[in-house]
Amino acid sequence: MSFIDAVFQYGFLQKALLTSTMVGILCGVIGCFIILRGMALMGDAISHAVLPGVAISYALGINFFLGAVLTGVLTAIGIGFVSQNSRIKNDISIGIMFTAAFALGIVLITFMKSSTDLYHILFGNVLAVRPSDMWITLGIGMFILSTIYLFYKELLISSFDSTMSAAYGLPIKWIHYFLMTLLTMVTVASLQTVGIVLVVAMLITPAATAYLLTERLWIMLYLAAGFGVISSVIGLYFSFTYNLPSGATIVLVSTFLFIVTFAFSPKHGLLWRTLKSKRKKKALVH
Amino acid sequence: MRGDIFMLSAITVRNLNVSYHGNDAIQNVSFSVSPGKLVGIIGPNGAGKSTLLKALLELIPRDTGEIQMNGKGISEIRKHVAYVPQRSNIDWDFPITVIDTVLLGTYPNLGIFQRPKKKEKALAYDCLQKVGMGDYANRQIGELSGGQQQRVFMARALAQQADIFFLDEPFVGIDVSSEKAIVNILKELRDGGKTVLVVHHDLNKANDYFDELILLNKELIGVGEVEKVFRSEILAKAYNTQFPFLKEMEVQM
Ligand SMILES: Nc1ncnc2c1ncn2[C@@H]1O[C@H](COP(=O)(O)OP(=O)(O)OP(=O)(O)O)[C@@H](O)[C@H]1O
Ligand SMILES: [Mg+2]
Repeated sequence: MSFIDAVFQYGFLQKALLTSTMVGILCGVIGCFIILRGMALMGDAISHAVLPGVAISYALGINFFLGAVLTGVLTAIGIGFVSQNSRIKNDISIGIMFTAAFALGIVLITFMKSSTDLYHILFGNVLAVRPSDMWITLGIGMFILSTIYLFYKELLISSFDSTMSAAYGLPIKWIHYFLMTLLTMVTVASLQTVGIVLVVAMLITPAATAYLLTERLWIMLYLAAGFGVISSVIGLYFSFTYNLPSGATIVLVSTFLFIVTFAFSPKHGLLWRTLKSKRKKKALVH
Repeated sequence: MRGDIFMLSAITVRNLNVSYHGNDAIQNVSFSVSPGKLVGIIGPNGAGKSTLLKALLELIPRDTGEIQMNGKGISEIRKHVAYVPQRSNIDWDFPITVIDTVLLGTYPNLGIFQRPKKKEKALAYDCLQKVGMGDYANRQIGELSGGQQQRVFMARALAQQADIFFLDEPFVGIDVSSEKAIVNILKELRDGGKTVLVVHHDLNKANDYFDELILLNKELIGVGEVEKVFRSEILAKAYNTQFPFLKEMEVQM
């Protein structure tokens, strides 16, 4: 049976497709701000830091979004606190905090649940998305996209020039923590699709691909969302057809898109750059 | 002179002290600037010139001191102060064009949720033309030379249509003709009643460019009209060295 027939036939596949499309859009869009602010490591950190929250939520029998957002944001605050109140630099602080949170998460989950759950949380199992998870993902998605639309101006200027933003009175610290909260929410929404370990790839790779193609932030946002969706849908296809973990296939598709762009991007691609400079050298020699 | 007392001053600073981790950068500085003046801030490297501007904007904390601009605290008047820092710590690979960078200058005057419209875009383009960078509008910001980048930030400050301008070494790396153009823009702003503070390095030009000078070396060495401050014996106090070229100039005058 073809993938398309299967989509029409199986409700679980429709839910998976809808969820992973939304995750692709969200990761692409938030990822743009993450890489432009030089916070790629932070994305990795937050995604790992949600693990203890997920474990605690299981134990308490509440939806895992709640616990995950809580530990994600707490870790972001902890990272900021250590780096601002000591000579420990931000990347070091990130390394300390997120590994600690992740380790704690592994211990908690191992205590409470079987290791198959841990495997799904770490690597994603989009085909097991429950209706409630899908609705939460869509809700989070709508919320995040509309805040980014509304605060686009402030996000642009504070990402580009924090000095000017502070000089005219933007609360740049709050904007930072607000973005960290959005990042945590996106991570949690992506848990089932790509899993904790690979969320960072979905945050960074589509955004980085878009970054190679444009000089305008709003175009970059659309492109990154587009690459995120393409990766999710094609990745889901491979996952379903060959019975592979969806996180891995989705990430590999997005990596493929990146490599193609890296080689062939009109302005920043490796191929055209080399060709142009070679041509120039030849012209000078003759 | 008496009239000045009754005029509202554009900037009043009383007893300003600023330090970095316990090391004094500015000690007991007090001065006031009346509106519609083009003021040069001069002093040797490390004199605290940049620190003074940052402290006025409350970008760094101060130990003591009172600061008022147009009779208000900085938090009330922030949006009407344009600031061009000495070095912008921005990412030059950021996906933004020259014209969009200038357009950022209009953001402080836009409300939350409000987007720049045609009017703002036209203003941004005008400002870019003024600094002679109109042809570069659609370049990515990193594809400019250092001096061109500096001019774009100047244009952005103009687009803010502020009442008070703080420019930290705006002429560094800028060629002679562009420097002249920018000085003329600053003089136009002054003639329009704006207050312009410029940190400046080149002592040779100081008396052509400015109405008043603030001479700084941690402490305030001199403040007031150029003719009063720009004297070799006062400058020598700030720079701890002699100024033979100045003596010649005074003789010529
Ligand atoms: N971020 C900082 N941390 C610690 N000390 C600083 C910092 N910035 C400046 N200083 C110190 O404060 C003093 C004043 O520095 P400032 O940058 O205001 O000098 P400046 O007059 O602008 O010099 P320049 O002409 O080189 O630009 C210097 O002694 C400098 O070493
Ligand atoms: Mg300086």
